[in-house]
Amino acid sequence: MKSFQYVITDAEGIHARPAGDFVKAAKGFASSVKITKGGKTVDAKKIFGLMGLGVKQGEEVTIDVEGEDEEAAAAALETFLKENL
Amino acid sequence: MKTYKGKSVFNGIAIGKICVYKKDEQQVKRSKIMDVEGEIQRFHKARETAIEQLQGLYEKALTEVGEANAAIFEIHQMMLEDEDYLESIENIIRTQEVNAEYAVAATSDNFSAMFAAMDDDYMRERAADVKDISERVLAALKGEDKSKILTEEPVIIVADDLAPSQTVQLDKDKVLSFVTVHGSVNSHTAILARTMSIPALIGTDLPLDDTIDGKMAVVDGNQGCIYVEPDEETMKLMEGKLAEEKEKRELLLTLKGKESVTLDNQKVLTYANIGNSRDLAMVLQNDAEGIGLFRSEFIYLESDTYPTEEEQFKIYKTVAETMAGKRVIIRTLDIGADKQADYFQLAKEENPAMGLRAIRICLTRPEIFKTQLRAIFRASAYGRLAVMYPMITSVAEVRRIKEIVEEVKRELQQENLAFGEIEQGIMIETPAAAIISDLLAKEVDFFSIGTNDLTQYLLAIDRQNEELDSFYDAHHTAVLRMIYQTVQNAHKENIWCGICGELGGDTELTRLFLAMGVDELSVSPGKVLPLRKIIRETRVEEDREKLLQTFL
Repeated sequence: MKSFQYVITDAEGIHARPAGDFVKAAKGFASSVKITKGGKTVDAKKIFGLMGLGVKQGEEVTIDVEGEDEEAAAAALETFLKENL
Repeated sequence: MKTYKGKSVFNGIAIGKICVYKKDEQQVKRSKIMDVEGEIQRFHKARETAIEQLQGLYEKALTEVGEANAAIFEIHQMMLEDEDYLESIENIIRTQEVNAEYAVAATSDNFSAMFAAMDDDYMRERAADVKDISERVLAALKGEDKSKILTEEPVIIVADDLAPSQTVQLDKDKVLSFVTVHGSVNSHTAILARTMSIPALIGTDLPLDDTIDGKMAVVDGNQGCIYVEPDEETMKLMEGKLAEEKEKRELLLTLKGKESVTLDNQKVLTYANIGNSRDLAMVLQNDAEGIGLFRSEFIYLESDTYPTEEEQFKIYKTVAETMAGKRVIIRTLDIGADKQADYFQLAKEENPAMGLRAIRICLTRPEIFKTQLRAIFRASAYGRLAVMYPMITSVAEVRRIKEIVEEVKRELQQENLAFGEIEQGIMIETPAAAIISDLLAKEVDFFSIGTNDLTQYLLAIDRQNEELDSFYDAHHTAVLRMIYQTVQNAHKENIWCGICGELGGDTELTRLFLAMGVDELSVSPGKVLPLRKIIRETRVEEDREKLLQTFL
């Protein structure tokens, strides 16, 4: 399993549009992708779950990727977060 | 006459009859069913229909209001593919042996309650999205294409609130305006309304009943109010304003999508100046062919500390993507003089207009400059970006900038970060730059003449000082000659030359600029189409010499 932390810098937090884009990115990989904030973990391939976390600017999330393509998935998702959130 | 106040989300005047639009929420009855699997299949069929409709709306919104605003319909599609949402519906059908309608409505209530309970205004608004997609599925189950608002004559739509899908489905010929009781500036409805250019009010305190339905009314988006059964005086005043606006709108219609080209086929690019990424909607609405001046300093002025590379990158990327392949010229930060940000801690100067500003700050503090350049170059992978540097006075400055740019490119390559081809240009806004424009033209890809500063420096007149008005001549021969010389020097080196200062939008000079062979005019978004009109009505060749003689 690959894990990494990321602190959201976007002023609006993970709002609808980036949540949608993130789900799309996560779905591009076979690995499971979980995202955790403050003890609550959701499946990052589900838009309602991700939006329901209500992640705001300055909050830290942990991403756990597990599966055959976890290396590539973790790298791609980390880049996505840096570029968009 | 009755006046109701609301919050305006788009300026403009609308006069017409009110149509109170009651959202016909699907009345859902719970009924037992026998064929569970058949019912689940029925739900999925309806869901697929809904997704297809949303794809249609997405494509419609994409061309009308741009990618950023169309994204909501893509998100709606994803919501209809969300496994939790689907599981919940299937579960209810299966365990309770009930109809799909009931299962969708119950799931919709549960999911929207989750958003409604969140401690964030934006997320609370999203409850409306859940309801919107669920209503769409319900309509599809019933065999209807959801909620097309139909009226015979154009009306002012008054509603409690409108779902984003409803606003984009509005037949614009039939809708003069919309006024809602609820809704917030964060709602997609408000955002879409702005980009659709329909005067609109939200949070309006008016009764949604027969006392206003069918009545004559005026929506004044400029003042944020609606007059129901207006008196004669108000009506007359508003009709006047409406006529003015109509004239502008007609211009827009005939010129949208047309090239800015003269009768004898001289092409001029009509670009827009923007000071903020929020102005992008205006750029699209007015059909600018590109962005000729993106004043990046707003990013610095709106911040309490130096904006990071990531923050800037996101903004430039959004602009590049929204403009979808059209050229966007980003001017590097032009702080100093009248534009101050405290955290730069610039010393107070005797003569700030001639002080430490713009490129001079960038070359003194290259770490700030490099952060911005990295962000711009990285964003260039997402569209057609160009960069230009303000307040240039010498060839040495340009060469130093190019060295820094090369460093930035090397760094990005080493870090495996993508960037595209970027044109590099300079502002010609100091007399020195204009005078040596022949030398500068060998160094860069384009010029953009900043006439405001150029005029101030050439005439030695501070435009803020009213007492100097009688000495100030915006069309001073010195300024016009300097522009012509700059254009000629640019062309000698085969680079293009535009104007992004106020003179660029001065329609008294448009014909002269055409005669000079100016390649691009960048003006405020609202001036793009009036300018295009003049260009398209001008024949340059035969008047060229006369024009040049008269002005120069």
